[in-house]
Formats: sequence, C-alpha cells, structure tokens
Amino acid sequence: MTALTIYLPLDSAAVAMGADDLADALQVEADKRKLDLNIVRTGSRGMHWLEPLLEVEKGGERVGYGPVNDDDAASLLDALTGDGGHAKCVGPVQEIPFFKNQTRLIFARCGVVDPVSVSDYEAYGGNAGLGKALKMDADAICAAVMESGLRGRGGAGFPAGIKWKTVSEAQADQKYIVVNADEGDSGTFADRMIMEGDPFTLIEGMTIAGIAVGATQGYIYLRSEYPIAARVLNEAIANARKEGLLGDNIRGAGKAFDIEVFMGAGAYICGEETSLLNSLEGKRGEVRSKPPLPALEGLFGKPTLVHNVISLCSVPAILDKGAAFYRDYGMGKSTGTMPFQIAGNVKQGGLYETAFGVTLRELVEKVGGGTFTGKPIRAVQIGGPLGAYLPPRLFDLEMDYEAMAANGAGVGHGGVVVYDDSVDLSDQARYAFEFCVEESCGKCTPCRVGSVRGVETVDRIKAGVDRDKNLTVLNDLCELMVDGSLCAMGGMTPIPVLSAVKYFPEDFGIKPAKQAAE
Amino acid sequence: MTLANLIEPYVGRTGGLISALHEVQRVHGFLPEDTEAEAARAFNLTRAEVKGVISFYHDFKREPQGKTVVRLCAAEACQAAGGRDFIAAVEKKFALKMGETSASKDLTLEAVYCLGLCSCAPAAMVGDRLVGMADTGKIEKAVERAKKESAS
Repeated sequence: MTALTIYLPLDSAAVAMGADDLADALQVEADKRKLDLNIVRTGSRGMHWLEPLLEVEKGGERVGYGPVNDDDAASLLDALTGDGGHAKCVGPVQEIPFFKNQTRLIFARCGVVDPVSVSDYEAYGGNAGLGKALKMDADAICAAVMESGLRGRGGAGFPAGIKWKTVSEAQADQKYIVVNADEGDSGTFADRMIMEGDPFTLIEGMTIAGIAVGATQGYIYLRSEYPIAARVLNEAIANARKEGLLGDNIRGAGKAFDIEVFMGAGAYICGEETSLLNSLEGKRGEVRSKPPLPALEGLFGKPTLVHNVISLCSVPAILDKGAAFYRDYGMGKSTGTMPFQIAGNVKQGGLYETAFGVTLRELVEKVGGGTFTGKPIRAVQIGGPLGAYLPPRLFDLEMDYEAMAANGAGVGHGGVVVYDDSVDLSDQARYAFEFCVEESCGKCTPCRVGSVRGVETVDRIKAGVDRDKNLTVLNDLCELMVDGSLCAMGGMTPIPVLSAVKYFPEDFGIKPAKQAAE
Repeated sequence: MTLANLIEPYVGRTGGLISALHEVQRVHGFLPEDTEAEAARAFNLTRAEVKGVISFYHDFKREPQGKTVVRLCAAEACQAAGGRDFIAAVEKKFALKMGETSASKDLTLEAVYCLGLCSCAPAAMVGDRLVGMADTGKIEKAVERAKKESAS
C-alpha cells in the first residue's frame, strides 16, 4: 500500500470554505484506491482566498493546492500520487508573495505544524523562550519584556513591561494571568488563528508571564463564537500537562503554572478587561471603575496580568531571541511585529504579519490586491468597530500607534476592513451607534442612552431634517460619550462616527464648501 | 438528568454560573424556567442575580429555539462584502426576520457579531457548521444538511 501525507488546515476559515468536506472526500477516495492517506490537520497560513489550501511536502518544501474542495478529491489524489501537476497547484507555499514578504515572529509555525503536538512545536523552535525563562530570575524576565518595547496588542497599546512589573511587585497569596481571547472586533481573527493553529505559543507566553509575575493560575477567556479554537486549546493544554509543560513542576524546574479555558457567552463588552474579569467571576459583564487597576486588584480582587492573546504570543520570541532583536523591528515607539488582518471587500484577504511602519496603502492595495468587486476602494476601517474610517488620501499613513493617533485613528487589534465605492458612510456611522446599543453593558448613561440617541440623530441627518442643528447635536453627543463613559465602548464609539463625518461629509449631505470653511 | 444535576458540577468553579448555564442550554437547547431557581439555590445567589446574568449574555435563551439555528454575521467586515443584502435575501428566502423562529420551530434566524471569518465574508453559522463567502444557496444547502443530520 502506498502512503501519502497531506496537510490541510483545521482553521475556521478553511473549514468555512469546505476543508472538512474535502478531508472526508479525500479519505473516501483514498480508501477506494487502497491508498494509506495521512491527513495532518494544521492551522492556516493566513492566505484565506486560497482556502482550503492543501499542502504536500516535496523536495524539502511544501507545495500548495488551492482553493480546492471536495469535488477536487479524485483529481488531487491523481496528481499527488503522480507527478504533482494540477490546475489548482500554487507552487511552493513559501514563495507566494503574500507569504514570502511577511516577517513571522508570532505566526512562524502557524499552518506548518500539527497544532496539538508538543514534539512538532519543539521541532520548530517552540519552548526555546520558556527554556531560557526557567533559568532567569523573575526581574530579568520583566526587564526583557520592558526592553523589548512590547505594547499591548488588544488595542490600547499600553507598555507590557510596566504591567508585568506592577503585577510582579504586588504582594498577594494568589496572582493570575488572564488572557483576553474575546476577540469581538469585526475584521480581526489573529487570536483565533494562533489559538487554532499554534496554541502552544500562547501556552508558552502565559507560562513565561506566570513565572515572571509569580502567578500560578492562568485563564483563557475565550468567546463562544470560536468553538474550533476551544477544542484545539483544550487538547493542547491536556498535551502540555502530559509533557510536564504545565502543572506543579514545569520541566522539573520547580515552577508551578496551570491554565483553564473559560467560555464567554456572547457579549462584545467582555473584551474590555474589567468587564471580562466580572464575567470570569460568573457575573454580568459590567465594566468596573479604574482604579483599582486589575494589575493590583483584578480577578477576585487579586493582582492579575490581563493581556491580549497576541501580546502574550509575542513573548516567547522576545525571550528566545532577546529584547534587542525584537526591538529592531518596527518604528518609533511601536516595536516588533503585528499580525495585520485584511478583510471585508478585498481580493486577497487574510493575515499578514509584518513590522510596524507598513503603510495602509501597501496593506490594502499591494498585499490585499484591492477589492474583490473590482471597484475602487473608498474607505477602510482600522481597528474594529471602534476604529476610524479613513479615505484613500490617508493611505500613506504608517501603521504606528503614534502616527495613527495623530490622525484620530488607532491600530487597535490590527484589523483592516476594506470597503468599495458602494459604501454609504452615514450607514456605517448609524451602525456604529446601533452596535453600541446592542452591546453596551448599561453601566454608563452616555453609552447606554447616548447610543440610542445617536441612531436617531444620524437618521434625522440622513433624512435631511434640520441637518445643521442635528450635526451639532451629533458632535455634542459624541463629546459627552467620550468624556462621560468609563470604558472604550462608549468612549470610542464616536471615533467611527466622527471620522465618517469628517472624511466623508458628502454622505451626510454636507456640501464641500462648508467642509472647507470648517 | 435533572437541572440540579447539570448545574451541580460547576459549583465552586471559577465563573461556574456561566459554565453551568452553558451546560443546561447545551442539553435543553434553551434555559427552562426552573433554571433560575435551581442555579440560585446551587450557587447561593438570589434569583435576581441569576436572572441578571442570564439576561446579560446573548448566548442564553429563555425560549426554545428552532431545531436549526442560522446565525448570520451582521458586523462591518461582512457588511463590506455585501452582508446587508445577503441578510435581506436570507430573510426573504425563509420568510423570517432576524431574531425570529419559524412557526414549525424548524428554524431560527439570528444575528451574530463576528465569527472571525472576516477575510471570507459574508460569514454564517448553520447549526455548528461554519459557512464562508456565504450566499442564500449555501445557507439553504447547509440547512438541508442540518435537517438530515438531526433526523438521522
């Protein structure tokens, strides 16, 4: 019996495009041919327009076929047991420009390895950072993170090193590491991809953090919309325990750390760290006032290091290769790499990890290849539902926390959603308020009530009712929400709204002359 | 299994109430009326506190749902890829609005805010099956499949 090993993603995007059906069809076809078929389910390479992307090893490199579906099963097996030629062959995957031009520090293994195999992880450089961390003292680990310049990848961009130092210096009988895997921003899927494709990177990052700050228990707060990530994470954690990577005595070094996955229940607001902590305590996910900072009084009132998935997944490379190595990537105060997620109306959507400093134009035009409808790009929204809408004349902006902030925008979690010229930005402004109505936790009146008033006001502007007056009301309302809300939900909903008015005034019936006068 | 039996294993665990509610809903498809009282007793909370938690989260349903739940993404990346028209077309096809369940209790349509499939939008979830670059044809096929699977 001939044997054949193929690699096929288990990633949600690949599955949504038919990867499971393809796997079934390939198995049926292989049985017919008495072919010993070994299907290794991997993460995704992040080239989602090619999903499902099947790969085989040939001459030391992976050759890809995509997008392929169950109808291609027979012809694929013909090709793979023959000379490899197939109409859907895309050649060596590493050579595809979208992939080749990336700098993959975080996603280096994603799409390559079996996500739940510890031996695969280590064969591709995994746990090298942990190995070093186990030989360092806690202060030195915190110092390395500080020196790397790593900033929180969830959206706020707060220096990670300061947070680590604060938790590390807090005195308590119990401390926690809490991972914010409530990736609710539309246009983002980096957390999902790494948790499905290379979960040991997160486990390693969490363990290093636990050792550094003196926490023995970690929680991954995962959104319920990610069932595949839940399955893969739980399997990876079980395997990590078996291999002594979690538990009372990690790798025999006398350090204890363990992880539990907690499933959220469908609430966007739980991506806000204090709301998340309440939810993790089994309560309503209402926002807490700060101070106290979660670093000092977090989960159950104990010092808690709350981090986004990607922040922690950046840590193993920093420990392994050194803070200086990491800091050399990026620009200014935005160091290292960021997995940008290109989505919406775009020809080549997916995940593109690169150093900070890349321009929006490069991401949406060169990497993304423009819109799939073939129409001109009119707007992009950066950084999720609370991010700004920007017009093409600002596409030369560099992806950098400070450069974005100077233009009223933010990098957020690195999501870039592309719109063609059929978009009406007044619809998008209305939706920003609608979403806030739906997802506000209700604690702050400006957010809870302001969002409802916002929808009504945008409707009046759209209908041309007292337009100038209502535009003033809209501005006042946004100012109130910014100043009067505890968290980013109410405080940042005005960003998409006001950026839409500012950069696309014609969609709100504002004449260009008035715009010039402003 | 009684409700108390389903809830009991989660008492004392971190965030146990939410996990217990997930478990009740997994078994029953929704949260039966007695869930509130049973959970309050098990976790030593007031019924108001439990009700507050149930009503806060979109996932928890107090009414039975259709046999197949079709969740259509209503968020920005899917809007950019024609999501608004797609949702309208699905609503028309099944003669249901978002949030409604068919009279036969076969089907529920509901909005979801992001499935993380933003690079193959519009996205949907039919039962537990993910659908990327969705259109009404793909949704119909997935619904048929879900029906067959639940019948067998």
